[in-house]
Amino acid sequence: MEHYLSDLLRRQKKRLLEQWIQNQLASSDLRDDLMSSDELRAQSEEVIDALTDVLSEKNITNPQSTDFQNLSDLLAGISISRARQGFTPRETGMFVLSLKDTLLDVLQSELADDPVRLHDLTMKISKLIDNFSVSTFETYIKGREDIISRQTSEITDISTPVIQVWDGIVAMPLIGTLDSARTQVVMENLLQAIVETGSSIAILDISGVPTVDTRVAQHLIKTVSATRLMGAECIISGIRPEIAQIVIHLGIDLSNIVTKASLAKALQHAFGMLRLVVRKQDRDLRSA
Amino acid sequence: MIIISSSETASIRTEQDVARLLHRIKAVAADTGLGTVSQTKLMTAASELARNMLFYANEGVSYLEQISQGTKVGIRLTFIDHGPGIPDVDLAMQDGYTTNPQSLGLGLPGARRLVNEFAIISTVGKGTTVTVITWKL
Amino acid sequence: MEKIPILRMGPFLLVTIQVDLYDRLALNLEADLIETVHKTGARGVLIDISAVSIVDSFMGRILGNIAGMSRILDAQTVVVGMQPAVAITLIELGLPLKGIHTALNVEKGIEKLRATIPPDDEETDDDYYFQ
Repeated sequence: MEHYLSDLLRRQKKRLLEQWIQNQLASSDLRDDLMSSDELRAQSEEVIDALTDVLSEKNITNPQSTDFQNLSDLLAGISISRARQGFTPRETGMFVLSLKDTLLDVLQSELADDPVRLHDLTMKISKLIDNFSVSTFETYIKGREDIISRQTSEITDISTPVIQVWDGIVAMPLIGTLDSARTQVVMENLLQAIVETGSSIAILDISGVPTVDTRVAQHLIKTVSATRLMGAECIISGIRPEIAQIVIHLGIDLSNIVTKASLAKALQHAFGMLRLVVRKQDRDLRSA
Repeated sequence: MIIISSSETASIRTEQDVARLLHRIKAVAADTGLGTVSQTKLMTAASELARNMLFYANEGVSYLEQISQGTKVGIRLTFIDHGPGIPDVDLAMQDGYTTNPQSLGLGLPGARRLVNEFAIISTVGKGTTVTVITWKL
Repeated sequence: MEKIPILRMGPFLLVTIQVDLYDRLALNLEADLIETVHKTGARGVLIDISAVSIVDSFMGRILGNIAGMSRILDAQTVVVGMQPAVAITLIELGLPLKGIHTALNVEKGIEKLRATIPPDDEETDDDYYFQ
């Protein structure tokens, strides 16, 4: 009596697997472009093994049971890999839900003459598999979120590189449109780089910034002020003529900020501040 | 709709209470996933508001809540006192305005600039309630 | 009562703030520091705040007071090691700490102080040279 379910599952394991794979191959959600049928079979077989090995009357009502640890890990792994491969949430969810259909089909044919037990097991299995499918969704979403947060931080890093151009001088070339969120990241990265490198001069080059409005200018002014508060100086370079026009037309006061037309000019100014001299080597000196 | 996922309250009577509150804010803000700059801004705003409360009302109560709205998560702080209240809130929100000769008059307007949302309700003779929210970017 | 130690480094004083300052501690520091500047004839004060996670307007005012009072006693104040997040917050708060010198770290702060003091003056604070 106790072992009825586990015995049945073990006996019908082969049939379960075949029927499940059949169902999946027949489904309109099948993505044979993303996964070969061999892979599908291998994954399905592992899941069936992990389920039939442990499922019994004892643990069927307790999806949190440690008996299911293997199965949960397996499903989590499958949903994360599917999230990365580009399966939709629906396709990933259907993988587990189609297992439920298969299980119930097999039960129905096995227990045709015992409607009470059939009903009881049907309810319990539905509940259990539903639970697994919810966890699968959760893991799938987590997999996607991980991808998104990794990409976000990669994009942010790529778009705000800090270059140490000289001992004591860091430069940050800005490319693309500046919005408030990005300017905040820019500000933080630049200030962090100043601390890490112990640089007393920072150059913020905006040649790659298409336009400057009042808010962006405000942010630039704040960045310069914050740099000064930390005890360093900030030069803004790469001011194109259009930007200079916009700044004056908008009435933005940049008079407290050192601005230079090009990165080279800013570097020259920085050398001056550090009392460094760059000059061509004398021919005579070299031969001597 | 704002959903509160965790909430704690503390009474603010001494500067040590303020320091304790700031430590709790740091812990909860870090747990919510706020970056260092957002944490620092929120703690500084809290320090301004809690100090104001101590100075003008002698004591008050603070609420520290983890909240979510749609897909956003954040921290909400509420400071409630039963002090004298502020006769002219608009004036009090201006930079440099203060009735405390020892102050720079940056408390309220400064705190408003450090957070994403700011609300103040004050009734003379009844007290003042200030609520601020910082969302995770 | 807790006290923040004030170290003497040649003609300069160094204060390292390790804990977030309570009001009373901050006011004590202000009084102690000015007393020490006066007693030692120090030419510069370095306040290291690299371990400080927040500076609110109260703390900003204390720093301003120390700088102002020291200046009257002919000493320059340099605040060193401010964290980026603290700097950004102070700007947003509207407190640019005008009149206070800043430097990235203690070494750079000392360089800055040395640059403000005439070289002859450094060792002999009590003598005056007339030319």
